[in-house]
Amino acid sequence: MTLAHRIIPCLDVDAGRVVKGIEFEGLRDMGDPAELAARYNREGADELVMLDISASVEGRATFLDTIRGVAEQLNIPLTAGGGIRTMEDGRAVLRAGADKVTVNTAAVKRPKLLSELAQQFGAQAVVLSIDVKRKGNSWEPYTRGGRDATGMDASEWAAKAVSLGAGEILLTSIDRDGTCSGFDCELTARISATVSVPVIASGGANTFDDFLAVFTEGRADAALAASIFHMETQSIGALKKFLAERGVSVRLSR
Amino acid sequence: MKIAIVDYGAGNLPSVERALQKLGTETERAVAPEQLDLATAIVLPGVGHFAAFVDGLRERNLTSSLRAAFDSGKPMLGICLGLQAMFASSDEAPGDPGLGFFPEEVRALPTNVKSPHIGWNQLRLVRSSKLLRGIPRDAYFYFAHSYAAPASARFTVAACDHGFPFAAVIERQNLAAVQFHPEKSGETGAQVLRNFVESVQ
Repeated sequence: MTLAHRIIPCLDVDAGRVVKGIEFEGLRDMGDPAELAARYNREGADELVMLDISASVEGRATFLDTIRGVAEQLNIPLTAGGGIRTMEDGRAVLRAGADKVTVNTAAVKRPKLLSELAQQFGAQAVVLSIDVKRKGNSWEPYTRGGRDATGMDASEWAAKAVSLGAGEILLTSIDRDGTCSGFDCELTARISATVSVPVIASGGANTFDDFLAVFTEGRADAALAASIFHMETQSIGALKKFLAERGVSVRLSR
Repeated sequence: MKIAIVDYGAGNLPSVERALQKLGTETERAVAPEQLDLATAIVLPGVGHFAAFVDGLRERNLTSSLRAAFDSGKPMLGICLGLQAMFASSDEAPGDPGLGFFPEEVRALPTNVKSPHIGWNQLRLVRSSKLLRGIPRDAYFYFAHSYAAPASARFTVAACDHGFPFAAVIERQNLAAVQFHPEKSGETGAQVLRNFVESVQ
């Protein structure tokens, strides 16, 4: 009997479509959120994360509808967020059908938001997203989609956030994101050893070996990836089989 | 047949509703005692804080109807916090009494394991189970909780280990309860709900 390591596809959503940022090209359309969600649900994803990355007000307005459409396709948990500023934003996301809400920038500005959300919905529904860049021997959290440096230390911020009520940490290496050079295992292991809650590693996933490394060296509880699953370069079923054969506990679908 | 889903003012009800409706059952969100009295069966779902949950039940005058339903033999399924609320009390809210269908106390997960216990885990069967009928022994279920009832609780039919052995499935006459989320546990979870619905018919 072992807790399975989770494989989590991520949908970055802009105005009702799944998109992927491509260097120098802007956004590329990757498909319909509900269709992709249904596919991942079928293929054995353990959970789904959906982030609103729309820059426009119009884009934001459709996000709750997108959550509803996606939730209808799932019988696995759904985490949603992106631009969550208040408790009411969080409530709206959960009411639309998400099981957990993820916050980043607003929690840095006002950490008490984490306590408010946890008191209302339980710590298991509150995911703190931390986007970091390496700075010498430590990592610095950034907000606003990697634009603003916070001057904080990732380990200290993670520990504080957990004490306030965050029930999970979604940890993204900005340095690795989109590079296909593998997860930052050193970063993930550092944060995983610091906090008492599960850590979801994100940024840089490319090969099956990257996932193996982040679950072993990186001590991650879950690993998140987007484009490699969307493009069908890697199938979730094959990835899980690969991990199981190497002794990593995963939930194999039948 | 109508299944009342207890709406205590928080929690993600749509996913439980959707999962039950997919099995062809009629559901109703129950906010008043009469709705529980008229239902064929009752589902008590829950996420969040123990105190908010039991207070929510009390404010809606649902506590005594739930006790009456238990006494009358009406089928009832507790999910996650809904399982915990069936116990006498919880570490999460000392002094706030639960429904008391089971005499034990719900405890916080210890600090030597990651808490909340979030993710997919397997069960250890203690005795034969109606809810787990047709489900392979090594199947995974989705958990998301920081508190749990000890597996020593008398009516435990399946346990799970995370810090200490805790009750994952409980069955006592008309009462059934699961610490995991069947509505989030893929096809395996759907089978648990199907077993419950079939036991009602």
